[in-house]
Amino acid sequence: MVSTTSVTSPMPATASAPGADAQARWIIGRVLIYGALLFWAFVCLFPIYWTVTTSFKAAVDVTQGHLVPWLDYVPRWIGWRSLGLSPDTISGVSTPRAQFVGRFLDSVEISLGASLLALLLGSCAAYGLSRFQYKFGPMKNNDILFFFISQLILPPVVLALPFLVLYKDLALLDTHIGMVFIYTLTVLPIVVWVMRDQFNSIPIELDEAALVDGLSVWGAYLRIILPIALPGLVAAFILSLVLTWNEYFFAALLTATDAKTLPVMVASQTGSQGINWWSMAALSTAAIAPLVIVGVFLERYIIKGLSTGAVK
Amino acid sequence: MTPLFIEDALASRGLMADTSPATAGPQIDIAPDLVSPARRTAGRVLVWGFTLLLLALGLLELLHTSGHISVGFDNWRPILYAYGVWCVAIGTGQVLIRGEAGERALFVLPAALFTLAVAIFPTLFAVYIATLDWNLSSVLGPHFIGLDNFAQMFQDASYWNAMANMVFYLLAVLVEYAIAFGLALLLNAEIRARKFFRVSFLLPFMLSPVAVSWMLGKSLMEYRFGPAARLARELGWQTPAFFAHPWTARLSIEALDAWMWIPFMVILLLAGLQAMSKEVLEAAKVDGANPWQTFWKVIFPLMMPVSVTTLLIRIIFKLKLADIVINVTSGGPGGATDTVSSFIYRVYRDRSNVGYGTALAIFYLITIIILLMVLLKASRRWTRNING
Repeated sequence: MVSTTSVTSPMPATASAPGADAQARWIIGRVLIYGALLFWAFVCLFPIYWTVTTSFKAAVDVTQGHLVPWLDYVPRWIGWRSLGLSPDTISGVSTPRAQFVGRFLDSVEISLGASLLALLLGSCAAYGLSRFQYKFGPMKNNDILFFFISQLILPPVVLALPFLVLYKDLALLDTHIGMVFIYTLTVLPIVVWVMRDQFNSIPIELDEAALVDGLSVWGAYLRIILPIALPGLVAAFILSLVLTWNEYFFAALLTATDAKTLPVMVASQTGSQGINWWSMAALSTAAIAPLVIVGVFLERYIIKGLSTGAVK
Repeated sequence: MTPLFIEDALASRGLMADTSPATAGPQIDIAPDLVSPARRTAGRVLVWGFTLLLLALGLLELLHTSGHISVGFDNWRPILYAYGVWCVAIGTGQVLIRGEAGERALFVLPAALFTLAVAIFPTLFAVYIATLDWNLSSVLGPHFIGLDNFAQMFQDASYWNAMANMVFYLLAVLVEYAIAFGLALLLNAEIRARKFFRVSFLLPFMLSPVAVSWMLGKSLMEYRFGPAARLARELGWQTPAFFAHPWTARLSIEALDAWMWIPFMVILLLAGLQAMSKEVLEAAKVDGANPWQTFWKVIFPLMMPVSVTTLLIRIIFKLKLADIVINVTSGGPGGATDTVSSFIYRVYRDRSNVGYGTALAIFYLITIIILLMVLLKASRRWTRNING
């Protein structure tokens, strides 16, 4: 990872009074800043490190608090073997692995489906609200925007039980499409929020030029504006992915076997007493790995996505 | 919220005098194209036809499930399909009736119809369920009891205990905010390896709360072998049972939640700091303000709008807090860590009491809508006062 800082100055920028005193104060300041930064980085990273390493530890390594692989203890594939994902078991037949892969694919399917649907519905609505003046009865653009974003307030508990009843009647309980619908709802406000800001930052003259060239409003949107708004789309997509991949509440209530997502599987394991630490650690590692990778490589999109809307 | 839909639908069917020039934008202006009367009629017929079809199918299924007639479907799924078809008909009708303006309405219509079906309708349905005595595990079906669920709610000490816990969790947001602001200032300083720190600070936000429940709650803070417990023993706390006593448990749950959500606040606040004009800070320096004064007199007031947004969003998500509590403590010890959501979850899981659980949820929804409206008003006034 390359540092992207371009403003880092080796010397104090505020050296208005050069001298030993200012120099010392600058060094103390630097030590404090880096100390605090490193402390928080440790706070953020240690639990992840602990989980990943624990998946390679035998019981005795856990109870004795060994921390550093190879120095403290000999890492073994013990946790991954219990999932059927270690080198010696990966080629064989494994029930735990089949179960895990099933849950993993359910999660992938549901979170991707919901994020894409939310992106489709949300970006269209955001574009409309950013470009045209609507008037539905007493509601103008800002009211409609508020209508969409206010859905964020709805706590899952309000919807969970009605959905349980309604989905039962609709035969949607424990189905992928049912989960996609409800997850789309939970992220749609965020997509509208991010995308409207994105569209607002694109000059209106581009639309007008496209219209003059004979494109319809939809043509201008799909062929001219949407490609420019791609960074915003990526940001909204990743944000949706994070929230839907990690969602637990609805999944716990509305799925049983066919559409059970990874968080539900992890939770059901933690519930049972006397579970092996190493297999639990391996399962947690596998559950968080996709998003950790996304986070490391697409960090700037996530930050961009979260930042738009907050700063006007 | 519903007027959006109803009045739009009425207008599109020509039932209401459409006084507004529909979607004539101040930004993009296109001459309204002429829609022939025949096309308009075709559009109205289409919309009316499919509306009647949807209503007829709904009525049929309603009579079927209530046992009045034998003709009908096995479940309500076909009605859902009919709703989908009806949505398409409404969209097509818009274009046929209003031409160009209808095409523009198509941008917002899908999201509006989706939200109507998946959020507004279930919420209204929840209000109905809240008036029922409905226990899924009992052989008796649902029956109407009016406001009895709400009367029972006021006697329910556990529910009010969960509400009181929410007050604690909400106040803790201010501490999270202070920490996040500090971290954002650090990240905004002239530092090396900024990308490394940014990625590290972001990662907890990406993790699944359920996995975090195990990683931190059940493993790191495990009282015998967890590293956090070991550290606590080193520091002199001999019995580091993080989840055994009410206040330590509450603080531990709060710490887990803060760990996951501080990154989110840091990012928003950092974006605010980076958008701040450098000239103002330079001016403060020229005027001889020390860093402490610069922060309180310049940076903090200028950050007010961003801070308000950050806090509001954080509060909204805090009000939904449930998964960590469900997975780490199940609300214990003695309900000390219960949030409203986790409590209702258990009302449903343990007692299958759909009607009562929904009544609690509806009351909670009303409470938080009032709370957020008050906060929004207060924050607007406060921002105005601070920024003169």
